[in-house]
Amino acid sequence: MHYLFEPGLFSSGPVKTALLVGAVVAITSGVIGVFTVLRGQSFAGHSLADVATTGGSGAFLIGVNQFWGFLAAGVAAAAVMEGIGVQRRRGRDVATGVVLGAALGAAALFLYLGTLKTATTGASFTVLFGSIFVISPDTVPALIASGVVALLVVAVLARVLLLTSVSPDLARARGVNVRLVGIAYLAALAVSVSLAAVAIGAVLSTALLIGPSATALRITKTPARAMAVSALAGLVATWLGIVLAYDSYYWPPHGRGWPVSFFVVALVLIGYLLSYVRPRTRRAPRSPHEGVECSPA
Amino acid sequence: MFSGLMMNTWITASIVAVIAGMTGFFAVLRGQTFAAHAIPNGAFAGAAGASLLGINVIWGLLVFATGGALAIGALGGEGRDRRSRNDVVTALALVLMLGLGALFISLGSQYAEETYADLFGEVFGISQGEVLPIAGLGIVAAAAIAVAFRPLMLTSALPEVAEARGVSTRTADLYFLVVMALATSMTVPVVGALLMFSLMIGPAAAARSVTARPGTALALSVVIALATVWLSIALSYQTNWPLGFFVGTIGAAFYLVGQAARAVAPRRAAVPDRAIAG
Repeated sequence: MHYLFEPGLFSSGPVKTALLVGAVVAITSGVIGVFTVLRGQSFAGHSLADVATTGGSGAFLIGVNQFWGFLAAGVAAAAVMEGIGVQRRRGRDVATGVVLGAALGAAALFLYLGTLKTATTGASFTVLFGSIFVISPDTVPALIASGVVALLVVAVLARVLLLTSVSPDLARARGVNVRLVGIAYLAALAVSVSLAAVAIGAVLSTALLIGPSATALRITKTPARAMAVSALAGLVATWLGIVLAYDSYYWPPHGRGWPVSFFVVALVLIGYLLSYVRPRTRRAPRSPHEGVECSPA
Repeated sequence: MFSGLMMNTWITASIVAVIAGMTGFFAVLRGQTFAAHAIPNGAFAGAAGASLLGINVIWGLLVFATGGALAIGALGGEGRDRRSRNDVVTALALVLMLGLGALFISLGSQYAEETYADLFGEVFGISQGEVLPIAGLGIVAAAAIAVAFRPLMLTSALPEVAEARGVSTRTADLYFLVVMALATSMTVPVVGALLMFSLMIGPAAAARSVTARPGTALALSVVIALATVWLSIALSYQTNWPLGFFVGTIGAAFYLVGQAARAVAPRRAAVPDRAIAG
């Protein structure tokens, strides 16, 4: 035990915040990610994280609170993606790509103007990779609130969402406004993903959105069970990643920690690959957690 | 604006635009937009790894770009679940490469400026020595696409027919992804990972919404990419704002114009579009 949990781990303030935020992000992403994977919108999920951070840096430039920047950018991008995208999946991907391209261009401009103001270029690094250990405690309530809002939207829409994900034609025949559902869902995705991206970086937010849900969907039969498994797998990967990153300060090169995002991504990936090797028996869906827990030892 | 050093910029940027216009056309047609985003970004992480090891950056770019392409191609699905499987596999390959990138950057002592250049490019100040390899690569990429033009078109437009004729969609996917990886690994240090992506998608999507003929659309995609780059360089030179901003917004603007043109003349586009989109 001592080798896994370095002394002082649980008395450190930043670690406590990281564990809490990690849990919120992992659970929200795990549940919403199941729909993202079912609907084939992984690209949109990743793009919204990038776009939202662009909005955040824009808000910083004009001196508005960053929260409004990334919320506005994320939700606006979600609306544009669904608005210009044709219903076919291929067209949707192209629309996502165009929005992302424009947003990345804007990010380049904001970062450039930002360097004129503050003479640092660290911003581009933070936007992509973030760090879970430097979250300020004031961000935590907003993160929890946005996670709850996104989960509520998805919970209310769950049945309709599943129907439109699996068979849009059937949903349309039953009088469901497929496009409206799509926008509502993307907006919820934008809220959860963008706050996660700002707190822990776009890389980690995408990893937690897609990895655990794809794993869960491979090994479970029903969507409800997939959501539970996915949230749990995300949680395990995140917490273990945080612990390992904390330990890594004692690894070579000395005195320089390895990033949390690396560990979480590695654990999430191991879980996903293990879902391939699992024999096709009707065992209870537990293997990914065992795999995730055992792997780094 | 057209002095000695700037000439290198114009030439290199034009070659990059031609490569991006061509590969982007197929990326859009084949629905591999996400891969077009993931591969340049992964290559960026490879560059960070190479500079950590102290070897030439090009090796890092090559290994990560082709490695990512092979992983996406090999683990990707086939048949009905091809798209959703590809989506997930691409996302996971992307986060793995970026996660490794985060590790390399935090272990290394690289300055943030270099990271910034790999992401957003450093198109002003290209030396003569950098132009030739990019020109060579442009020719290789163009040849690779020309050689496989028919199978690539067929598997993009009518996958079922292609399979019936013995052309594997999956092999075509893999082939195209590797071509895209090669193109990317040369262009990323010059134009940046983010710019390469914008340049691949915007012009190609705009071209596709205007014309349905594959040959015309491919040519138009290259022309729009060239126009985007030239306009962006001129504007960036005048305003001193970053090139990536202009490329991203002008590419998106072309797409919007294309969509508007299509909306004005919907009848002409309706039938042939189905013929290539399948």
